[in-house]
Amino acid sequence: MIKRLIGCVREYRTPTLLTPLFMVGEVICECVIPLLTASLINNIQAGCGMDVILQHGLKLLVIAMLALAFGVASGWFCATASAGFAKNLRHDLYYKVQDFSFANIDRFSTSSLVTRLTTDVSNVQQAFMMLIRTAVRAPLMLVFAVIMSVSVGKKLSLVFAATIPVLLFGLSLLIYKALPLFRAVFKKYDRLNNSVQENIQAMRVVKSFVREDYETQKFTAASDDVRKDFLRAEKILALNNPLMQLCVYAGMILISFFAAKLIIASGGTYLNVGSLTSMITYSMQILMSLMMLSMIFVMLTMASASVKRIAEVLSETSDLHNPENPVYEVPDGSVDFDHVSFKYSARADRMALSDIDLHIKSGQTVGILGGTGSSKTSLVQLISRLYDASEGTVRVGGIDVRRYDLETLRNQVAVVLQKNVLFSGTIKENLRWGDPDASDEELMRICRLACADEFIEQFPDKYDTYIEQGGTNVSGGQKQRLCIARALLKKPKVLILDDSTSAVDTRTDAKIRQAFRTEIPDTTKFIIAQRVSSIQDADVIVVMDSGSISACGTHETLLKTSDIYREVYESQNKAGGKDNG
Amino acid sequence: MANHSMPARGPGRGGPRYAGKTNMKALGRLIKLLFKEYPVMLTIVMVCIVISALIGVAPSVYIETITSYIEQGLTSGWDAVKAPILKAITTMIGLYVLGLISTTVYTQLMAHVTQNFLHKLRTEMFAGMQRLPIKFFDQNSRGDIMSYYTNDADTLRQLVSQALPHLFSSGLVVLSLLFIMFYYSMPLMLIIFAGIFFMFRATKTVGGKSASFFVRQQKSLGKVEGYIEEMMNGQKVVKVFCHERAAEQEFDKINDQLFSDAQNANRFSNIFGPIMNNIGNILYVLMAFVGGLFICSGGRILNVSFQNLFETGSLLAPMPIAIVATFLGMTKQFTNNVSQVSQQINSVAMAVAGSERIFELIDQKPEEDHGDVTLVNCREENGELVECNDRTGQWAWKCPQNDGGSTLVPLRGDVRFFDVDFAYEEGKPVLHNVSLYAKPGQKLAFVGATGAGKTTITNLINRFYDIADGKIRYDGVNINRIKKSDLRHSLGIVLQDVNLFTGTVMDNIRYGKLDATDDECIRAAKLANAHDFITRLPDGYNTMLTSNGANLSQGQRQLLSIARAAVADPPVMILDEATSSIDTRTELLVQRGMDALMQNRTVFVIAHRLSTVQNSNAIMVLDHGRIIERGTHDDLIAQKGVYYQLYTGAFELE
Repeated sequence: MIKRLIGCVREYRTPTLLTPLFMVGEVICECVIPLLTASLINNIQAGCGMDVILQHGLKLLVIAMLALAFGVASGWFCATASAGFAKNLRHDLYYKVQDFSFANIDRFSTSSLVTRLTTDVSNVQQAFMMLIRTAVRAPLMLVFAVIMSVSVGKKLSLVFAATIPVLLFGLSLLIYKALPLFRAVFKKYDRLNNSVQENIQAMRVVKSFVREDYETQKFTAASDDVRKDFLRAEKILALNNPLMQLCVYAGMILISFFAAKLIIASGGTYLNVGSLTSMITYSMQILMSLMMLSMIFVMLTMASASVKRIAEVLSETSDLHNPENPVYEVPDGSVDFDHVSFKYSARADRMALSDIDLHIKSGQTVGILGGTGSSKTSLVQLISRLYDASEGTVRVGGIDVRRYDLETLRNQVAVVLQKNVLFSGTIKENLRWGDPDASDEELMRICRLACADEFIEQFPDKYDTYIEQGGTNVSGGQKQRLCIARALLKKPKVLILDDSTSAVDTRTDAKIRQAFRTEIPDTTKFIIAQRVSSIQDADVIVVMDSGSISACGTHETLLKTSDIYREVYESQNKAGGKDNG
Repeated sequence: MANHSMPARGPGRGGPRYAGKTNMKALGRLIKLLFKEYPVMLTIVMVCIVISALIGVAPSVYIETITSYIEQGLTSGWDAVKAPILKAITTMIGLYVLGLISTTVYTQLMAHVTQNFLHKLRTEMFAGMQRLPIKFFDQNSRGDIMSYYTNDADTLRQLVSQALPHLFSSGLVVLSLLFIMFYYSMPLMLIIFAGIFFMFRATKTVGGKSASFFVRQQKSLGKVEGYIEEMMNGQKVVKVFCHERAAEQEFDKINDQLFSDAQNANRFSNIFGPIMNNIGNILYVLMAFVGGLFICSGGRILNVSFQNLFETGSLLAPMPIAIVATFLGMTKQFTNNVSQVSQQINSVAMAVAGSERIFELIDQKPEEDHGDVTLVNCREENGELVECNDRTGQWAWKCPQNDGGSTLVPLRGDVRFFDVDFAYEEGKPVLHNVSLYAKPGQKLAFVGATGAGKTTITNLINRFYDIADGKIRYDGVNINRIKKSDLRHSLGIVLQDVNLFTGTVMDNIRYGKLDATDDECIRAAKLANAHDFITRLPDGYNTMLTSNGANLSQGQRQLLSIARAAVADPPVMILDEATSSIDTRTELLVQRGMDALMQNRTVFVIAHRLSTVQNSNAIMVLDHGRIIERGTHDDLIAQKGVYYQLYTGAFELE
C-alpha cells in the first residue's frame, strides 16, 4: 500500500529526490561548521595571527553560505514535493471516488469520504514532509555527530555510551505510555466536538425545552472528562523536556570532567581545549537528533491511521465495469426484468428483490407503489445499472444492460433520484448537467415541461439565479421540478422519477404528467410515488411488497384485486380530500 | 515533541482565520486571563522558568572557568587543579539538579494550567453559547461556530502549553546573554546588535511572506474542502448524469490552486530556519574576525567593558583570549534562541487569531431577558389561587405589582397578537399588521407559501425573536414581561427538522421533562404512537441513537420528537409539520400522534398538507407576511379565495 502512496509522487519525483540530497549537503555543512569553529577557537586561544583567523573565517563564511544555499534549496524543493504529493493524492482519491459505483459509495459514508480527502491527506502530507526532510536530517546528524565525536574526543566519546541509552530508554517509555493515551483522548475529544455540533444543530430544541443549563452541565462533565485524560497524557509527555535536559547536563558534566583529566594528563596532546567545546556541541547534536527521531516515530505512527484510511479508498475496486466491445446504441425504451433477484451485498441474508419478472413496452408509463422498505428504489436502480442484478437479467431495448457502454446507458435512462441534490451555481449551470450544449431556448422549453418556468421567471435573476449549496434557497417542490427538468434535458429513452414530485402540489404534478404524455410520448416513464393520484392513470401500476411484485395492473383492476392498493387508495382519499383533484 | 507531532484531527472546516494584522490585544487579554485563573501556579512556573533559563546560560560561563583551569593545569599538572575543577563540577551538578527540578516542576504545572484553562475556556464558550439568541445561530453557519471549538481552541493549546513558556524562557536567555555579553565587552556587543537587526529583517520579510501565504493556503484549503463536501454529498447524482469527467476537471482547477498556495506557504516557512541559522553562522564568523583583531593588535585596540571597570578600575583594557572564546559560544547560544523564538511566530500568529475569535464568541451579547413574570405552581384555596411549591399540575403566571405584591394569573393558553410587525433585517419586513387570537384549547393553522411568514409567527410566540411593533399577550400578560425560560416551559414545539441527541431512546424522550419516570416516558411514547416501533428496536427503549438518530427512519424520528413534546405536557403546542415524504402508513401514525398531542391544548399548526388543518378552529392564509384570509375550513371553501385554490390543488403549498 505504501507503494501505491509513493506512486502519487509522479511529476514531483525530482524535487522529492532533490530535497534529501540538498539536505545531506546542509547537514554536512552544519557538521563541518562546529569543526571549524573549534579549530578557530583553538587557534585564537593559541594566540594565532590575524591571517589564520582570516583564513578560518573565510572558510567558515563559505561553508555557512553553502549551508544556507543547501538549506534554502532543500526547503524550497520540499515545499514543492510535499504540496505536489498531496495534490496528487487528493487527485487520485477524488478520481477513484468518481469511478465508484453506487455500491462502493454506500460502503463509505459521505462524511468519511470527506475526512479521507481532507484531514487524512493533510496528515499524510505532514508525514511525507517529515519523511523527506527531517527523517533524512536526523539520522545523518546522528551518524555524523557520532563519527566526529569519536574522532575528536576519542575515548571521551564513551560518555555517550552512558547518556544515549538513558535517553533512548526514557523516550521509548514515554512514547509507549503516552501514545495509547493520546489516541484514546483524541477519540474522546472528537466525540466532545461532535456533541457540540449536535447541540448547535439542535439549538431550537434546546431553547424550546429550556435545556440550556442541562446542556451546559452535560458538556461540562464531558469536557472535564477530556481534561482529565488529556492531562494524564500531557503530564507524561511533559517529562520529555526534563529527560532531555538530564541527558544534556549529564553529558556536559561527564565530558568536562574527563576532558579536563585527559587534556592535562596528556599535556594537551591527546585532546586539546578546543575539542572540549566541540564535544559538548556534538553531544547536544546527538541527543537532539535522537529526540527528532523519536518525534518522527510518533508522527508516523499517528499518520499511519490516515494512511490506512486513504489506502482503503484507493484499493476499493469498483464492481461495475464497462464491458468489452460495449453497445453504444439503445434501440428503444422497452424494459424487461427476467426473473431478477438482487441483494445489496453478497453477504446480505435478505434479498432486496426476489424473482422480479416485468416487461414494459417502449413509451409506456409505469407507476410503482409500496411501503417503506418494499424495494421500489432498488427495482428502478437496476435499469440504469446503478447496481447489477444478482440473478436474472435486466434488459433495456431488448439488450442486457451489462452489455451497454455505461455512459450510453445512463444517458438514455435518466433517473431523478429520491435524495436529489442541486449544486452551487446558477439554475442554468445546474440544468446543463443534463446537456452541456443545450441552448437557452431549449432550457426554457424543458422548464415549461417540468412546470419550473413559472417560479424561475419570478426570481429577479431568472435562469441566472444562484442556487446555494444543497439548493437551500429554493423550496422542496421547486427543487424537485428543477431536478426533473435537469433529467429531461438528457432526452432519455427511459425516464425514472423516484418519488420526485412528493413536495409538488397535486395540480402541478398532474400538469407535469400531462406534459410527459404529450411531449415525450415515446419515452418510457417509471414513476415511484406515495400518492396514488400520481400514478393512477399509468399504463401499468406495480405494487411492491417486501421485495417482490405483489400486484400489477391498471388502477381499475388493482382496486379490485389488490388489498394493499385499495387500502392505500382509501386511506389517502379519506384523510385528504385533495387527492381527488 | 508534544503538540507539533500531533496530526490534525477532524475535518477542519473553515480553518483558523488569520487576523490581517495580529492584534496583540487578544494575546494580552489571554495572558491576563491566565494569570487571573492560575496566579499561584503561574508564578511558580515563572520562577522555575527563570531558574531553568539562567541555569541554561550557565554552561558558557562554566566552560570558560573549566577551560582556564585546564590551561593552568597544563603547566601546573592535574593535582594542582583537581580540587578547583571538582569544586566547579560539583557546583555545576548542584545547579543542574536545581535546573532539572525547576524544569520538571514548570512543565508539569504547565500541563495542568493548559488543560484546566482549555477546559474552563471550552465550558465558558459553551455555556455562553447556550445563552445566545437564536439569531446568532441563524446568522452563522454551523461549520463556522464549530471551528471555535476545534481549530481555534486547538491553536490555544499549542500557544499555552508550548509557545508561551518557550517565548518566556528564550526571551530570558536572550536577555541574560545580552547582559553577560554587555558586561564582558561592549564593542563585540555592537556586532551582536548588527546580527539582531538582520534577524529582525529576515523575520519580517520571510516570516511575513510565509504568514500571508498561509492565509491563502487556508482559504484554498477551505475551498477544496467545501467542493469535496458538496460533490461527495451529490456523488450519486454525479454518477447518474455521467458528470464524472466534468467534476474531475473542476476539482483539478481548485486542487492546482491549493497546490500552488501550499507550495508557496511551505517554501517560505521552510527556508526561514536555514536563513536564521546561517545569519547566526555569519555573525559567528564576524565575531571571530573582530575578536581576532583585538587579540592580534597586541593591545593596541582595547576592550571596553564593565568587567575591566570592576577588575582594573578602568573601562579600557586589552582583550583577553578567554573572553573572545566565551563570546563566540554565547553568540551561538544567542542566535539559536532568537531563531527558535522567531520560528514560533507562525503558531503565535495563529493562536492570536484563534483567541481573537474565541473572545469574539465569549463577548457575544447573550439573549436579553427582562421578564419578571414567572410561572409557578398553584392551588385553589377557597376559590382563590395560592402559590405553592409542590407540583400540583396547576400553573399560574406570577405577576409582580408595583406595590411589591404580586397577582396570580392562571395559565390557560390564551395567545393573542395585536397588529404585530416584524423584520429579521431592518427595512425588510416579514410580517405586517398580524392580529390573531387563540383561545385555550383552540387549534390555529397557518397556511401559505415558503417565505410567507408561517415559521416567523411561531418564532415570535416563543420569543426566539422580538417583535418590532404591536403586542403579543399570553393569558393577558404581555409576553415581553414573561421570563423567557418560563414562557418556553409553557410552550411545546415539534419542529419539522427533527433533532435527536446522542443517547438512548429513553433519554431522548426524557429530554422533554428531565425528571420524568420511565413510565411517564413510555406513556408519552404510546400517546405519540412511537411505542410500537421502539419496542421492535434491538434494545427497545435503551437503543442508543447516534448522529441525530441516523439508524431510524424519518417517520420514526418524527414520532420520537412528538413523544418528547408529549412528555413535557405544555398547555400550548406549536407543530411544524414535516415536509419530507414518508410512506402513507407511517404518515398516518404521525398524524394520529399529532392529533393525540393536540387534545386539550392551544395549538398552532404550520401546515404543509391541507388534510391536517381541516378541523382547525381557524385557518390563517398567509401571503408575504400578511394574513389574507381567515376562517374555518368551510368558511374559506365557501369564500372561494386563495385557500380554495390551494385546497383544489391550484397552488403549491410549502
